[in-house]
Amino acid sequence: MTPGTPTESPAAAVPAIEVLSAQKTYPNGTLALQPVDLSIQEGEFVTLLGPSGCGKSTLLKMIAGLLEPTDGRLLLWRKPVAAALEGEGKNQETPGRPKFPGSPRGTGGAEPRPGGRRMAFVFQSPTLMPWASVQANVRLPLDLAKVPRAEADARVAEALELVGLTKFAKALPRALSGGMQMRVSIARGLVVQPNLLLMDEPFGALDEITRHKLDADLLELWRKKKLTVVFVTHSIHEAVFLSSRVVMMAARPGRIVEEVRIDEPYPRSEEFMVSSEFQHYAKHLQRSLRAASLHTDEEATV
Amino acid sequence: MSITWNTAPAPAPAVIAPAPAPAQPAAPRRPSVPLLHRPRVQRLLLPLLVGLLLVGGWQALVVGMELPPYLVPSPALMMKTLVADWAVLGGALLVTLKITVLSFIVATIVGVLVSFLFVQSRLIETALFPYAVLLQVTPIVAVAPLIIIWVKDPTASLVICATLVALFPIISNTTLGLRSIDPDLQAYFRMNRATRLQTLVRLRVPSALPYFFGGLRISSGLALIGAVVAEFVAGTGGNATGLAYQILMAGYQLNIPRMFAALLLISLTGVALFALMAWATRAALGSWHASELSHD
Repeated sequence: MTPGTPTESPAAAVPAIEVLSAQKTYPNGTLALQPVDLSIQEGEFVTLLGPSGCGKSTLLKMIAGLLEPTDGRLLLWRKPVAAALEGEGKNQETPGRPKFPGSPRGTGGAEPRPGGRRMAFVFQSPTLMPWASVQANVRLPLDLAKVPRAEADARVAEALELVGLTKFAKALPRALSGGMQMRVSIARGLVVQPNLLLMDEPFGALDEITRHKLDADLLELWRKKKLTVVFVTHSIHEAVFLSSRVVMMAARPGRIVEEVRIDEPYPRSEEFMVSSEFQHYAKHLQRSLRAASLHTDEEATV
Repeated sequence: MSITWNTAPAPAPAVIAPAPAPAQPAAPRRPSVPLLHRPRVQRLLLPLLVGLLLVGGWQALVVGMELPPYLVPSPALMMKTLVADWAVLGGALLVTLKITVLSFIVATIVGVLVSFLFVQSRLIETALFPYAVLLQVTPIVAVAPLIIIWVKDPTASLVICATLVALFPIISNTTLGLRSIDPDLQAYFRMNRATRLQTLVRLRVPSALPYFFGGLRISSGLALIGAVVAEFVAGTGGNATGLAYQILMAGYQLNIPRMFAALLLISLTGVALFALMAWATRAALGSWHASELSHD
């Protein structure tokens, strides 16, 4: 039932994302990201973990096509980012599509239907339109793609149900708590029925309890919808809890230090968070992070 | 129908008793804030009080110092003149109001269109913005004679003058507003391949509304000032004359009470326009924008 991690199904391995020695230098000369290589398989939950300034957000934005790499290439499903993603509407699915997990439709995009891939990006802040209702906010990507209103509304209702906000469809964002606003933002991501979900420290501004809840809900969604998720965070615990693979990054200059596979079965419960395995992973990442920053400091002092 | 065990002071918490019978018959549970402490009443009452004090002081001063009406008329005399000369003043008010409203509408339309143009490209804005500023800093009193000479129709020439005065705040505010969009939301629109038009209608225009209404508030007053100033410059206009002309004539005839009455009408018009704009702002932004949420 777990979405195929690459170790389990190497044969069907389709790299959803390939980063080929992509690097980023900002116009003022700062090297935000050294050339990095990274390959992410379909169905993986990969976390980019690191301190601020390590280029994790930069890398994510390059994957999203929001930033161009200074050098190197990024491929989504073996195509350049711009070409890989087709707009909604050009490939609308039939209205009666099955909406439950495990249905043939969601099997990790094994069918290479050209242009059938969609990506959703969730920002650090909810990034909602303050003048529009929750419903209208979630409907935005469908409106932009000119999806017929009736179908759009049905899909919005479905997405709101997934994040548990059906009751608040008519509310304005300001009436909601920070956690609920983030859920709206996630619903807006889900409503396009993405294959790839990119999240840039989405729960960073929330309190611990809300964050745990949303983390758990996100895992549930990932499993249900067979998504590929790339998740940026600076929290080691969040990374270990969520990911099937953690990509550890370090700052000055931004680079990938280590990749750690979290070989723990899903679904992961609260108990996993207090298990010795969890501690083991967390400790390992902690050490690796410290070593990387020590290394940086030494270089800086020389 | 009294239930004895219920009214008894027995502490028994096991039974969730129905609400105890009210001792006083039907006392509605309203938060009894004294009338004078309610912010709404205060907002109305306090300025009114200041106004009464000022008018009262004015009246007392005029009567006490026996000031002649050709220097300072008393408020009572002013009101009397307003009523007595209503045939003249009312007509004049309508003319001024017409020019003000027309120029305000034209300024709004032209201003918004220019702003749309400005945000389409920095190049256009860079090329044209200095001229918008030029428009703003050139005193209308200096330009009005030219316009009045060039444009034959007196109403049209006055409307043009007043529009020139009222235009700039709308252009500058709306342009600023159309540019003041959340960069993440803009990125989101770009990522979803929104067209220019979609971005304008769905993102830029709603984001610009608070700024736009701020511009409207300023411009409504300026349109009135423009209308009055233009008419002053035009002097004896056509057969339909506005309040400015009445003030001019009253000045020549030393009919100071009428002058004051006309002034009062201009001020009241300005206040009414401002109130209308405040109401429109609230109607458009009341539910979501921070500027309108702090009330009450």
